[in-house]
Amino acid sequence: MPVILATDLIIFFLVGAVLYFVIASRKVGTLKSVRRELGKNRLALVCMVFLAFYVLVALLDSVRYRDAVIDDDGASAVSEDGGVIYSPEALSLLDRALSGMRTRTEKTYSAPFATHSYAKESMEGADGTIVRDYPPLKYPRAHWLGTDRVGNDVLFTALKGVRTGVVIGAGTTIVIIPFAIFFGVVAGFYGGVIDDIVQYIYTTLSSIPGVLLIVAFMLLFGSSGYQGGLISEVHVIWRAFVLNDRLFWLCVILGITSWTDLCRLIRGETLKLRELEYVQASRAFGIGRLSIIYRHIVPNVMHLVLITFVLQFSGLVLAEAILSYIGIGVGPEMGSWGNMINTARLELSREPVVWWNLLAAFAAMFALVLPANIFGDAVRDALDPRLRYR
Amino acid sequence: MNPVLEIKDLKTYFKTPRGVAKAVDGVSFSIPRGGTFALVGESGCGKSITALSVIQLVPEPAGYIAGGEILLNGRDIVDLTEREKRGIRGNNISMIFQEPMTSLNPVLTIGEQIIEAITLHQGKARKEARAVAIDMLGRVKLPDPGSLLSEYPHSLSGGMRQRVMIAIALSCRPDLLIADEPTTALDVTIQAQIIDLIDELKREMQTAVLLITHNMALVYTHAETVGVMYAGKIAELAPTKTLFRNPMHPYTVKLLRSIPGQEKRGLKLDTIPGAVPPATSYPVGCRFSGRCPREMEGCAGIEPPLVERAPGHLVACHLHDAEFMSKPYSKPLRHEPDELPSLTIPHEKRETLLEVKGLKTYYPIRKGLLKRVKGHLKAVDGIDLMIRKGSTLALVGESGCGKTTAGQSIIQLIRPTEGGITYKGRELTALTEKELKPFRSHMQIIFQDPYSSLNPRLTVKETIEEGIRALNPGMTKKAREEKIMTTLGRVGLSAEAMQRYPHEFSGGQRQRIGIARALAVDPEFIVCDEAVSALDVSVQAQILNLLKSIQRDFGLSFLFITHDLGVVEYIADEVAVMYGGRIVERGPTGEIFSNPKDAYTKRLLDAVPKIDASLLASWKLP
Repeated sequence: MPVILATDLIIFFLVGAVLYFVIASRKVGTLKSVRRELGKNRLALVCMVFLAFYVLVALLDSVRYRDAVIDDDGASAVSEDGGVIYSPEALSLLDRALSGMRTRTEKTYSAPFATHSYAKESMEGADGTIVRDYPPLKYPRAHWLGTDRVGNDVLFTALKGVRTGVVIGAGTTIVIIPFAIFFGVVAGFYGGVIDDIVQYIYTTLSSIPGVLLIVAFMLLFGSSGYQGGLISEVHVIWRAFVLNDRLFWLCVILGITSWTDLCRLIRGETLKLRELEYVQASRAFGIGRLSIIYRHIVPNVMHLVLITFVLQFSGLVLAEAILSYIGIGVGPEMGSWGNMINTARLELSREPVVWWNLLAAFAAMFALVLPANIFGDAVRDALDPRLRYR
Repeated sequence: MNPVLEIKDLKTYFKTPRGVAKAVDGVSFSIPRGGTFALVGESGCGKSITALSVIQLVPEPAGYIAGGEILLNGRDIVDLTEREKRGIRGNNISMIFQEPMTSLNPVLTIGEQIIEAITLHQGKARKEARAVAIDMLGRVKLPDPGSLLSEYPHSLSGGMRQRVMIAIALSCRPDLLIADEPTTALDVTIQAQIIDLIDELKREMQTAVLLITHNMALVYTHAETVGVMYAGKIAELAPTKTLFRNPMHPYTVKLLRSIPGQEKRGLKLDTIPGAVPPATSYPVGCRFSGRCPREMEGCAGIEPPLVERAPGHLVACHLHDAEFMSKPYSKPLRHEPDELPSLTIPHEKRETLLEVKGLKTYYPIRKGLLKRVKGHLKAVDGIDLMIRKGSTLALVGESGCGKTTAGQSIIQLIRPTEGGITYKGRELTALTEKELKPFRSHMQIIFQDPYSSLNPRLTVKETIEEGIRALNPGMTKKAREEKIMTTLGRVGLSAEAMQRYPHEFSGGQRQRIGIARALAVDPEFIVCDEAVSALDVSVQAQILNLLKSIQRDFGLSFLFITHDLGVVEYIADEVAVMYGGRIVERGPTGEIFSNPKDAYTKRLLDAVPKIDASLLASWKLP
């Protein structure tokens, strides 16, 4: 029985957009030259490999289904009205592929590649005496990045955090960009009353403290939603769909609180572009406003969009960490780098220090944010015909 | 007497990804105390880099002085420390830039800026410096200098700002003043005042002036010596009067012959084919070879030395080298005729194409929280014009007089507030946007700035196609492509330009693309809004020739909006002079120029520096 979360749709959309670009870039002229330009930039290609890996992990972690519950006699369990009973645990393809990593848990902390636990324990020796020593691990040298407090593999947790990071970065951007471009361009191009209304909206929005708005919104919507972990029948609509997903609401509210900056930039740029002579030349041809916006304005504000996207993407992944830390981010059961950093707070203050949890979260975040930055810049340059043929 | 500035074999190079760009490549000249030396040439010839080298402000680390000496009062300043150089800048050498709007800091008052310069360089106390500042502002003829000290730059006009710049530059009584296109960004009437002011102060303070300009008339009236620069080298150097009477280098002659004017009406202007070669790849021999109208077989291989052919008259051309001319490789490759081909527009009886009556365009001024209309900016305040079929009407005036708004109102880019525009008997102002659409292809516009008039993200084909698609929706793809191709051919561009982006073209070529965009929809009437003002004189000549030949071939009518009176004299059949939103005088070109009636027209005509008319028609290729 498949389960589709609202945030899965974001991942599917992202993958779909990437596939569309790859297919369309074989035919459409502009996309073709963008692809050619990107192909020439070796650094961008390396970054693309990193990003592709992240998106692939996120995709694998977004395709999930529930297994039927097996009876004592080996057949699937059936409820009173004859329907098959499914396990409340929806395992993704990633969970299933890495089931070894997922299920091989220890008792508590162990360092990377360790053979023994990180904490001493009182154990009964072979001769019946009680000794206090580091107990051997159940799976020695199996945990590349060690285990956390409850013995879960840290590498697995970090990989589970990939989906959360990608969803936050991509999902929020998908909310921001259409809003910002639409309102920014419309306000700048039409001016007058429309401009006043749009300005009023974003000035009001940005004058409310962002954190306050996020807290209020998450308490209102997020707290009743799916928190990660087991699926409750309450959240499932149309048999398989979970709309009320806490992570989804987080994307929405982060999007709502952060589109105003980009909108302001785009409005300003549009005000300038509107007066430029090539726009006037188009008007002299009697071309409609919508096609002027489409042909002349939007392509020429795309550099702003990409720069803002690059800057905000890293900010958003970090924001998730901070919000999870204060308890209004993703649910505690959902794997996320924010939750890892949150727990690392206590681990860093104990002696000896448990450092691998923080390091794993840091490395995973770094390997997403840096390539995203570099790749974003490369795309912006590839879109600009003035930088070609250099 | 020692010259103030003496440059010996100056070489300023830039490191670029394509190799070393030899922006200045062996330039020598000197300026005596109280003298004016003018550097002229097309853009990209190294004029400004020469100036920056003198003031030691070459953009580092890409640019560096690769050789030569710059002697200021006999002392070489190339190898000074940065600290010593700073002492020289402002104290011994000052500079005025082209753009008065950006060369003053907008958040500091005029007083702070000028007093800072004085205290910094002369070590005077603030009180003393203030007195000097007031004195200087008085000398540049600014009214009420005392209270001006506390004003901010935005409350001053462009001309006043340029005066402030001059005051700052001259406040330390420098030995050398570098003026890089000091009047280009100013109105015609202001231009003359500023250049006269520089002249006057120069005489008073015995400052040497290095004037960089592309305005030949300005050179003729204000410089003692001229250096014509081409591709990083001096092509010809002579006292001004000598040079204008007897130009020796074919490049100089070509430049001079491309200046438009009354004497050349009915003739094609002379042009220089091609473009200045990029500084990374000059030809081996004479750098002008390939573009030269008198090229000989040996020119491309042998570099001509700069030799004194007459007292004080230096020229770098093999034509004036007896030894070279005696050799077999002096066989001419090319020999262009001296006479300019004629380019006349048939003068049959012309009917009226467009008539403007009482046109008013006001911009509402909105103020306060609710943005209520508090008044109107009367950009165009009741003008009457008449444009005949196949003729050119020039609309002249200073910036801010409303001439651009008038042009845009006439073709209905801005809907006018009041008045009537009759085009072939139809009243345009009464039509809705939809009803106007059939007329859009009849009326087109060409803009001034070849850099902002083309969308950088569209190819040339897409740019031109836009209008055809909008106005001939029924056209097939193939027919459209053919149309674009013939139009590009008409403006002198090849068909392979279609797939390229605007930034790959030079300014003149971009202007051609802009013209092609307008022509592609077969208009009958084109508004040329300062269409040649941003171009080099040689490129300007090409575009003017192009516009004229289009007019001859297709019977187009032009409304030529400009502030360049030389262009007006050359191309316009009729002139309308605009001032403060109104037309103060209009009539046939010859009549207005020979016998202006209005006071403003007279002032305008007097302000323009002119080269003697007898000279204009006399230049012959060597």
